[in-house]
Amino acid sequence: MSERFHDIAVIVNGEEVRERVDARKTLVDFLREDVALTGSHVGCEHGVCGACSVRVDGVVVRGCLMLAVQCDGARVDTIEGVADTDEIADLQRAFIARNALQCGYCTPGMLLTAQELLARGGVPSREQIRTHLSGNYCRCTGYQAIVDAVEAVAQARAGTKQ
Amino acid sequence: MKPAPFAYAKARSVAHAIELLANDDARLLAGGQSLIATLNMRLSEPALLVDINAIGGLDRVTLKNAHVEIGALVRYAQAERSTEIARAAPLIALALPHIGHPAIRNRGTVGGSLAFADPAAELPACVVALDGEIEIVGPQGQLTVKADDFFKRLFETALTPRDVLTAVRVPAAGTDTRVGFAEFARRHGDYAMVGLAACARADGKRLSNLRLVYFGVGATPVRARRAEPALADGDVEAAVKALADDLEPTDDVQASGAVKTHLAGVLLRRVTQQLARAPS
Ligand SMILES: Cc1cc2nc3c(=O)[nH]c(=O)nc-3n(C[C@H](O)[C@H](O)[C@H](O)COP(=O)(O)OP(=O)(O)OC[C@H]3O[C@@H](n4cnc5c(N)ncnc54)[C@H](O)[C@@H]3O)c2cc1C
Ligand code: FES
Ligand code: FES
Repeated sequence: MSERFHDIAVIVNGEEVRERVDARKTLVDFLREDVALTGSHVGCEHGVCGACSVRVDGVVVRGCLMLAVQCDGARVDTIEGVADTDEIADLQRAFIARNALQCGYCTPGMLLTAQELLARGGVPSREQIRTHLSGNYCRCTGYQAIVDAVEAVAQARAGTKQ
Repeated sequence: MKPAPFAYAKARSVAHAIELLANDDARLLAGGQSLIATLNMRLSEPALLVDINAIGGLDRVTLKNAHVEIGALVRYAQAERSTEIARAAPLIALALPHIGHPAIRNRGTVGGSLAFADPAAELPACVVALDGEIEIVGPQGQLTVKADDFFKRLFETALTPRDVLTAVRVPAAGTDTRVGFAEFARRHGDYAMVGLAACARADGKRLSNLRLVYFGVGATPVRARRAEPALADGDVEAAVKALADDLEPTDDVQASGAVKTHLAGVLLRRVTQQLARAPS
């Protein structure tokens, strides 16, 4: 019961993954090293940068602040899975169209976090977009283009503007 | 960095968690938004993590006997959506959006915030301003501690390493309840440089039962006891002046003590305006 190694079963992007994990392994390291999904990135490893963002049971969390062992029985969705379902195809296109990525290190986390805001519906203000993305650092773009892309998708989805 | 090795156990109940905490060097794991960061940085190397996330019944917000009770495992994001908190604990509702970022609020818990007791955290100050109570269960049984007596020293509370904080209770707001909340942070979602949580009852033109509680200015939430009577009488200038005696902020990486005292005055003026209005 109180052991270091645990057998877990996690639904990753819709498919069950069974693995024996060291309790100290974070969710993002598990995804990258054991499941070979390297779309979730590792930056600060203490919750500040947002590069490791993934969805657990439908909500976006820091992959570096959750342990893999805690995800036994959970549904985990990474950028690979979410991109495959076309859920964010319009957002991905808008990021490309507006140069909202350069090196791309922050992009998976940005997309998942932005999608969480967009999924609430309506057209958030630029201020609300900035506040919602405040925990995701981008060292390249200066954020302006990212906010533009998210705003454009919100308007397009609401049918107010293309 | 990566954490040092540790064992892990999932607690099935509060009693089971307390049993597991009897192990040497065991630590409770709630939202993990402070704990796992400190493990990753190897600032802490416990031998056993006791995960309380699967314990049933600790994730509820309930209204009873003119109080709002918030279970320890209620996550910030859940609290933000709670109509009970919006209606009956408007001060907490005002403070929640200032805590970290959305992904942090999706995991971080109300109980974890109070137990961790970061001196710059929003909720400890709110719970003191609301004259709340904290429920603790330990090997000796159950205990209720007033928020005033809960926060002891820097990162030190009335909890022992063998205890579980199970809930926090605050009086439900009435029509005469007035609240105010404001903080300065470098960026949205950062811990505050200085913040203020306030609660009072409207009493004609005066305020009664006024509590002004600052955070980020000392080792624990700090009441501005000299400013309170001045502001209750409507004398904002005297209240701002009194802050120089009430607060002794030390210099830190964010700001000097003098800057913090100045900012505390600015916050007091903002919060005074909020206290004049009935919560919407
Ligand atoms: C980038 C970032 C920004 C942040 N910004 C803010 C901010 O602006 N304001 C703010 O207040 N916080 C902020 N936080 C911290 C966040 O609020 C944490 O969620 C909170 O401090 C701890 O709650 P937790 O549930 O995550 O607890 P954990 O991290 O799981 O635990 C913290 C400590 O409390 C103990 N503990 C937890 N629950 C209990 C319990 N029920 N009984 C007894 N002991 C318990 C644990 O053993 C541990 O020692 C931030 C965190 C990050 C990563
Ligand atoms: S790597 Fe998780 S927030 Fe930076
Ligand atoms: S595109 Fe390089 S960090 Fe954002």
